[in-house]
Amino acid sequence: MNQLTTTRQAKLKELRSRMSWQDVGPFAAVIALMILGTTINPTFLSAANLTNVFTRSAFTGIIAIGATFIIGTGSIDLSVGSMAAFNSGMMIIFMNYLVKTWGASWAVILAAMGLSMVLGAVGGLINGFVITKGRIESFIVTLGTMGIFRSLVTYLADGGTLSLNLSMRGLYRPVYYGTLWGIPIPLIAFFVVAVAGAVLLYKTRFGRYVLAIGSNYDVAHYSAINVNRIRTLTYILQGICVAIATIIYVPRLGSASSTTGLGWELEAIAAVIIGGTAMKGGSAKIWGTVAGAVIFSIIGNILNLSDAISQYLNGAVQGLIIIGAVLLQRTSKDQ
Amino acid sequence: MTELALQTKKICKSYGTVPVLFDVDFDLRKGEIHALIGENGAGKSTLVKILAGYHQQTSGQLLRKGQPVTYQSIGAAEADGIVMIHQEFNLANDLTVEENIFLGKEVLKGRLLDKAAMRERSADILQKLGTKINPRTRVKDLSVSDKQMVEIAKALAFNSEVLIMDEPTAVLTSGEVEVLFRIIRGLRDHGVSIVYISHKLDEIKEIADRVTVLRDGYWIATENVSDVSEDDMARLMVGRELSALFPPKDGPPKARAPVLEVRNVSCPKYVSGASFTLHEGEVLGFAGLIGAGRTELMECVVGLRRRTAGSVVYRGKPLSARSYAETIQNNIVYLSEDRKGKGLFTSMRLAPNVTILSLKDHLTKLGLLDSKREDATLDQTIEEFEVRAPSSRALLSQLSGGNQQKIALGKMMQVEPDIVILDEPTRGIDVGTKQQVYYFVRQLVEQGKSCILISSELGEIIGLSDRVIVMRSGVIMGELTGDDINEEEIMLYATGLKGGVVDEPAYHN
Repeated sequence: MNQLTTTRQAKLKELRSRMSWQDVGPFAAVIALMILGTTINPTFLSAANLTNVFTRSAFTGIIAIGATFIIGTGSIDLSVGSMAAFNSGMMIIFMNYLVKTWGASWAVILAAMGLSMVLGAVGGLINGFVITKGRIESFIVTLGTMGIFRSLVTYLADGGTLSLNLSMRGLYRPVYYGTLWGIPIPLIAFFVVAVAGAVLLYKTRFGRYVLAIGSNYDVAHYSAINVNRIRTLTYILQGICVAIATIIYVPRLGSASSTTGLGWELEAIAAVIIGGTAMKGGSAKIWGTVAGAVIFSIIGNILNLSDAISQYLNGAVQGLIIIGAVLLQRTSKDQ
Repeated sequence: MTELALQTKKICKSYGTVPVLFDVDFDLRKGEIHALIGENGAGKSTLVKILAGYHQQTSGQLLRKGQPVTYQSIGAAEADGIVMIHQEFNLANDLTVEENIFLGKEVLKGRLLDKAAMRERSADILQKLGTKINPRTRVKDLSVSDKQMVEIAKALAFNSEVLIMDEPTAVLTSGEVEVLFRIIRGLRDHGVSIVYISHKLDEIKEIADRVTVLRDGYWIATENVSDVSEDDMARLMVGRELSALFPPKDGPPKARAPVLEVRNVSCPKYVSGASFTLHEGEVLGFAGLIGAGRTELMECVVGLRRRTAGSVVYRGKPLSARSYAETIQNNIVYLSEDRKGKGLFTSMRLAPNVTILSLKDHLTKLGLLDSKREDATLDQTIEEFEVRAPSSRALLSQLSGGNQQKIALGKMMQVEPDIVILDEPTRGIDVGTKQQVYYFVRQLVEQGKSCILISSELGEIIGLSDRVIVMRSGVIMGELTGDDINEEEIMLYATGLKGGVVDEPAYHN
């Protein structure tokens, strides 16, 4: 009996040592925010509202899954928001062109989706290639490509807005607004990307090498890891995540302009950091990132539903949450 | 009675619930060099960290010149004249020597920096230390030994009375060690007290006045160095009779098949035209002074560094290897001299460290990582190398240096190597673990594998190698076998008094 309790205590102790604030924190914060939201306005908990909240987190969430890998290696990608805008613009131009010959059909949409994936992967490849072969800080390279993608979309739209052909819009619409088994498609996509990301990060050699590089670049090199190849792959992966987010985003508004995806890169990075991934790399948390993305959209939603704080202060509250989350992680690590 | 600079009375220290020091009594006299020895994990670092204000004791008393004190911070200890010099340097690489010496304690003139005063005082201190370092040099441009001097200068700039040195000679050449010892003796004669942590017993015999031995967190003995032999010290540290440090060699070398033929390998600035052959079942030692190009040569051989010329042939098969991964597939593996910087992931757990070279052997049928198999490999490594770890889920950084090195060896063995290249495999580890490494190496070659051993410890080269190659300034100077493997011969080649390339084109022009 006595022995039993001690083994149980030992197990509990081990479990406790395995779980830390970093692991549990983001999920606790989601629950706390949901309770807060409900007390402020009971409609918060309604199915319609919650669906809306989670669906909105899907864009930055999917991008943030890719960013988790990049930050896991200790790098950064600032170009994702601009890349999403450029991708959106290219998809719209491509569909408007195809619809003339093919007519409004799913084939046009599928072709545009394919284009988005190719563009995302190539964009990521360019980022990764310049960073690794040119031996330039990722911050600098992606700051550059951020500007390039942004101005390309402005150029394509001639300073205005690119609009998707109306008949195509109707056809494409369900990809954002539709549901499968009652669940919005963006949410399903987010979930699938997150599961794939978790398997990739925690269960494959690629994921282990990502964390190894983030943990110590030199040790990774001396452990026969092809550091350049793995880093480039993380950027391609990020590009593909951007492409998936774009595919879901385009039917939402059916347009793209120079302000499309503005600030997404920062929201994605913030979601990753709130989720417990270390900025310097070496440890990455996919599900934490998911929680981080959800936290952002809940905050926005709560501010919308309450009158206490102006929704113009949304950014300030988000900023406080980011700093607070990192502070909490810091203090729990020191203990 | 002699004046005591520092004294501890029944000091205990626990990290969380893990006790690491038990009732340690230690005293440091004014103007003495007091060596502190013990195996890895004996509690040396913990004890000096309490003395220097990094940690606070759990119980017991710390006395400074007879008065009870508690240092809540490093700054408090420094203000009271106690400074610790780390094994890994605490210098800001991009700042100059003088900026480093006064870092955090800048001399001001009004509200602005008084650069002239600081420059003058830096130059003064450096001159007193007998070095020729220019105070305006950036620290990153200094040699390792000069960095050490800067650390000492930094301590002396503020009239420190107690200097704690953790393995100060680990990275120094023998000439530099002489200089350091002269300085340490000079400091002692000026009344500075020095706590000197080292694994090198011969150095302690040479430099220290008294020695205190710790084992498993307990105080074991404090002796006058003149009263004890190196063997006595080793025995006190290990707590048992130490059998022969080196395993017996195989006897005279037999005719053995060559396994690795290296021809005319060059790498600009580091290695020029190096050729050697490694035979089956032998330990081939590489001796030389620090900076002789041994590490760079081996990195060229395994593909970690690009070679500009030369060929490497493994068992008749040319290795064009541009990548280390390819070399590993040919069962040749290299253990880096820089354990924390290049060898192991200190912030990761033990299992991923051990399996990083062999992840393809740790997959499920679906090709995903199999954590159960990884755990099993770790358990096996822990058992085989007698790794002492707080738990199998511990982070690598929680292990002592010797145990980290065992993990590094375990990692290397996962690829079932045919050739192992060990670069300074016993740097900074205790004598018990060293012995374990030596027997491990001998056992490997007895199984028909081959080993290249780079070491700056001559005793190790002589005790373990079947054959020795000596390098100097990137050139192979000569090869020694049998009775020629002795200190005098090796040093003659290493310093360039003997051997070398007969035909050096540069001289003909």
